Amino acid sequence: MAIEIVQPSVAGLSKIAVSETHGENSPYFAGWKAYDENPYHEMHNPSGVIQMGLAENQVSFDLVEKYLESNQEAASWGKKVSGFKENALFQDYHGLLSFRKAMASFMEQVRGGKARFDPERVVLTAGATAANELLTFVLADPGDALLVPTPYYPGFDRDLRWRTGVEIVPIHCESSNNFQVTPQALESAYDHATSMNMKVRGVLITNPSNPLGATIQRKVLEEILDFVTRKNIHLVSDEIYSGSVFHSNEFVSIAEVLESRNYKDSERCHIVYSLSKDLGLPGFRVGTVYSYNDQVVTTARRMSSFTLISSQTQLLLASMLSDNEFTEKYIKINRERLRKRYETIVAGLKKAGIECLKGNAGLFCWMNLSPYLSENTKSGELEIWKTIMEEVRLNISPGSSCRCSEAGWFRVCFANMSEETLEVALSRLHEFMDRRRRDRNLLSVL
Amino acid sequence: MKQNSEQTSISNLQETTAGATGVTTDMRVIVPLQGVVQGGGGLVLGSIIPCALFYFFQLYLKGKSRSDDDPVTPTPPPLPEISPPLERVHSIRSIWSPRGTNGQAQVSSRANSVIKQPDSPHYVGLKRASEDPYDESSNSDGIIQLGLDENKLSLDLVQDWLVEHTNCLIFGQDLRMNGITTYHPFDGLSELKMAVAGFMSQAMEGRVLFDPSQIFLTSGATPAVEMLAFCLADSGNAFLVPSPYFPDLDRDIKWRTGVEIIHVPCRSSDNFSLNTTALHRAYNQAKKRGLKVQGVIISNPSNPVGNLLNRETIYKLLDFATEKNIHIISNEILACSTGNESQQEFVSMAEIMNSEEYDRNRLHIVYGLSKDLSLPGFRVGVVYSFNQNVMDASKKLLRFSSVSSLAQRLLISMVNDSRFIRKFLKINSERVERMRNLFVSGLKNLGIECMESSRGFYCWVDMSGFIRPYSEKGEFELWEKLLNVGKINATPGSCCHCIEPGWFRFCFTNLKEKEIPLVMERIRRVL
Repeated sequence: MAIEIVQPSVAGLSKIAVSETHGENSPYFAGWKAYDENPYHEMHNPSGVIQMGLAENQVSFDLVEKYLESNQEAASWGKKVSGFKENALFQDYHGLLSFRKAMASFMEQVRGGKARFDPERVVLTAGATAANELLTFVLADPGDALLVPTPYYPGFDRDLRWRTGVEIVPIHCESSNNFQVTPQALESAYDHATSMNMKVRGVLITNPSNPLGATIQRKVLEEILDFVTRKNIHLVSDEIYSGSVFHSNEFVSIAEVLESRNYKDSERCHIVYSLSKDLGLPGFRVGTVYSYNDQVVTTARRMSSFTLISSQTQLLLASMLSDNEFTEKYIKINRERLRKRYETIVAGLKKAGIECLKGNAGLFCWMNLSPYLSENTKSGELEIWKTIMEEVRLNISPGSSCRCSEAGWFRVCFANMSEETLEVALSRLHEFMDRRRRDRNLLSVL
Repeated sequence: MKQNSEQTSISNLQETTAGATGVTTDMRVIVPLQGVVQGGGGLVLGSIIPCALFYFFQLYLKGKSRSDDDPVTPTPPPLPEISPPLERVHSIRSIWSPRGTNGQAQVSSRANSVIKQPDSPHYVGLKRASEDPYDESSNSDGIIQLGLDENKLSLDLVQDWLVEHTNCLIFGQDLRMNGITTYHPFDGLSELKMAVAGFMSQAMEGRVLFDPSQIFLTSGATPAVEMLAFCLADSGNAFLVPSPYFPDLDRDIKWRTGVEIIHVPCRSSDNFSLNTTALHRAYNQAKKRGLKVQGVIISNPSNPVGNLLNRETIYKLLDFATEKNIHIISNEILACSTGNESQQEFVSMAEIMNSEEYDRNRLHIVYGLSKDLSLPGFRVGVVYSFNQNVMDASKKLLRFSSVSSLAQRLLISMVNDSRFIRKFLKINSERVERMRNLFVSGLKNLGIECMESSRGFYCWVDMSGFIRPYSEKGEFELWEKLLNVGKINATPGSCCHCIEPGWFRFCFTNLKEKEIPLVMERIRRVL
C-alpha cells in the first residue's frame, strides 16, 4: 500500500519514494553537510572543514588533462562526418564497440595482463552505482539476500537495497586478522540469512576493499569462490579500485583466479568496474558490469537502457583508453603518487599516535582510534567523530556507517586534496591528539 | 499403488546396484515387474527397470521444480529447499536442457521474465533492420527502417553547430575547475536545467514558462519514466495507459518495478482519442482484480497515433484523476514535432500546472531531448514536477541514471544558443512536415489511409483492408511479409496493444526524400 502523505488531497507516493533507505540521514552524509556549509580553502577559508570523507582521485588528473589537450581530435566531430551521425543517433544499449574494446583492454592493463577480457561481455552503465544496482536486479528478487563482508562502503545500503528490495546480510570481519573474510564468517552469515527465511543469492566483495584500503589475498579469494560454488550462488567482485593498488603485483583479481581454474564454474562470477576512481572521472558516469554468464550479460544489457552512457563520452574515452602508451604511463604514475600519499598520511598519523590498518590500495586509509574512545561502543565512536568534525574540522567517515562490528575505526581519504591540504589536516590532527594527551595527563594528576 | 512399487523398486535399487550380479530370485519375489521377466533377460531387465523407475522419479522431481520457475506472478519467493534433492535435480537438468549451464546459480525471476519474453515483432524487426540495413550503394536490397522513431532529417544542422563550437568549448578551459570531471549533482547541472527550461518554453512557442527548479535531468526519457513509476507506485500497483501506446512503455514501467499496466483501449471510431468512459471502466476492472491504480500515463502528442489531446479531454482526464485521487504522467517528448500547420493547439500539462486550476502535486511531465533535438545518443531526459516529495526522491534516485557532465556541458552551450535553436526548430519543423506530406500522399496513392491528425515522426496507418483474416494473426502475417518480402520494417499495432487489428506505425524521418518512391514500390509489391 502506498503511504499517504500529509495533504490528504493528493495521491500518495510509493514506499520507495518515502523510505529512508537512501541513508542520507546517517553520519556518513551528515559530515558532508558540515563540509558543504564551511568548506576549507587555502586562501579564503583556512579554518574551514577539510573534506576527508570523499573517495575521489585527484592526484593524477593532470595526466588526463594533458592528454585531452594534446589529443583534441579525439573529442571533436569535425573530421569524421559519418562518425557524427553514428554518435549522435547512437542509442543502442550495446554501446560503441570501440569503447567496449577500449574498456576491456584497459581492464587487462590494470591487471598487468594477468587476465583477459572479452568486449562482448562488457555491459555499460552510467557509473558503478548503477552497475551494482543493475546486477542486484538481475541476480536477486525482493526479499532475497546478498552477503557482504563488513566493513563495507556505506553507499551499498542504498545502491543494493533501495529500489531492488534485496537485503544485505553482513559477513562479520574482525581486526584480529586484519578484517579478512574467513570461511567460518561466510558460513555463519549464510546460516543467519537462511534462519531469517531469506534466500541467499550471492556474495558481493569489494577488491581492493573500501573502506579498508587493502587488497584481498589470493587464498581468501579462492576460499570465497569455493564457498559460492558449494552453495551454488553468485559472486560479484566490485573492483573499482583495481587501478589504485600501490604495487601492481599485490592485486589479484577474481578474473585471474577464474583463468587459473580454466573458467570452470565461472558463470556465477561478475565484475563491476568504473572509471570514476582510477581515472578520476566520476563526472563522466562510466561504469561496467563484466559477466561470465551469458544470461546475465543479455539481461543486464537490456536493462542498461535505464542507465546508458552518452555516446560522445564513449567516443572520447574510447580513443583515450586504447592509447596504450598513455594508459601504461598513467597506471604506473597513478600508483606511485597514491603510494606516496599513503605513506605520508600513515607517517603523519603515526606521529600523532594513531595507528592504521596496513593498506596497499585505494584512496583512503583505515584508521584506528579505538584506544581513544571514552567507551568502546558506537556512541563512543560517534562522540569522537563529532569532536573531530567540530574541533579539528575534519570530515572523516565513522566505521559504524560502514557497519564495522568493532567501534573506533575511521576511513580517511587522502587523494581528493592537494599535498599542502593534507599536511594541514595532519598537523591539525597532531595538535588535537597532543592537546588531548595533555588534558588526560592533567586529569590524572588532579 | 504406483507410489508403492516406485518406493519398493527404489529401495531395491540400493540392493541391486550394489552388485550387478544381484540375486535374481530376490528381485523376482520383491519387485513385481521382475516377476514377469524370466530367463536370461531377467538380470538385465532387473537392473534396468528399477533404474528406469528411478529415472522417472527424477523426471517427476524436475517437472515439479520447473513449475516453480514461472516468473509472472509477484508472489514471495518460496522457502529455501533442502540441499541434496535440489542439487541432484540441477545436475540432471543441466544434462537435458539445451543450455548446459542452466543448472548453475539462477538469475532472479525479474531477469527470467526478461529472458523468457518472446521478442515482440517490434524488437525483432528493429534487430533485423539493423543487421541488414538498406544502403543506396552498398546494400540496395537491405531492409528499410521505418520502425525507429528517430529524426535524421535535421542532423546536418546539429552537426554543423557542433563542428563550429566543440573545439573551443571544453578543452580551452580547466576541466576540473569547471566541474566537468568531478562528481556533480545527480539530477543535473543547474545551468543545463536553466537552458532546458528555456528550450522547452521556446519549443512550446512561449505559451508556457518552465521553472528550472522543478526540472530533474536523467540519462534519457526511459529512466525518467521508470523513476516516476518507482516513486508513484509500489510493486503490485498499476497505471492506466490509453492504448495503443509505444512498445517501450511495457519495458520502462514493468520490468524492474513490479508495477502493472492496465490498458484503456481507444478506437478508430473516436480517432483513437481518450474516452473517459473507457477510463472509468478500466479503473473499475483494475479494482475488481484487486489492483490499486496509482495514476494514468498519457503521451501528448500520442505515440504511435500522433494526435494531440484537446483541451476538453485534458480537463476530463484531470477531473478523473482528482476524483480518484491519482497521479498523471504526461510524456511530452514529441512536443516540438507538432508541425507548422497545426490546426490543433498543443496543450502542455505545464500550462495546467501553471494555471493552478488543478492540484499540481499530481501532475508530472516527462520530456527528452532525443526527439526534438535529434540527439538520442546524448541521453538527456527530463522529469518536471512540482510535487515536493517526488522532487526530493528524484534528487536521490537519479544517481542511478545520471547524465555525463561532458554531454551536459556541450548541451548547455548548444541550447543557450537561442539563434541556433530558433533556426533549428523552424527548419526541422518544415522538413518533418514536408516528409510527412510526401509519405502520406505516397500511401494514399496505394489506397492506404493514415490518421488525419498525425503528428510526430510517424504515420498511424490503416492496413486492415489488406490483412486476411481480420485478426492479430492476419496483422502479424502482413508484418512478416513486409519485413521478409518487402524488406520494410514497420511496427504492427499489436505491439502497441491496439485492440483493432491492421494498424501499423510507419516512421518516415529516417528516410531521404528520394527513397519514398522506393518505399511505396516495396509496399505495393507486398499488397
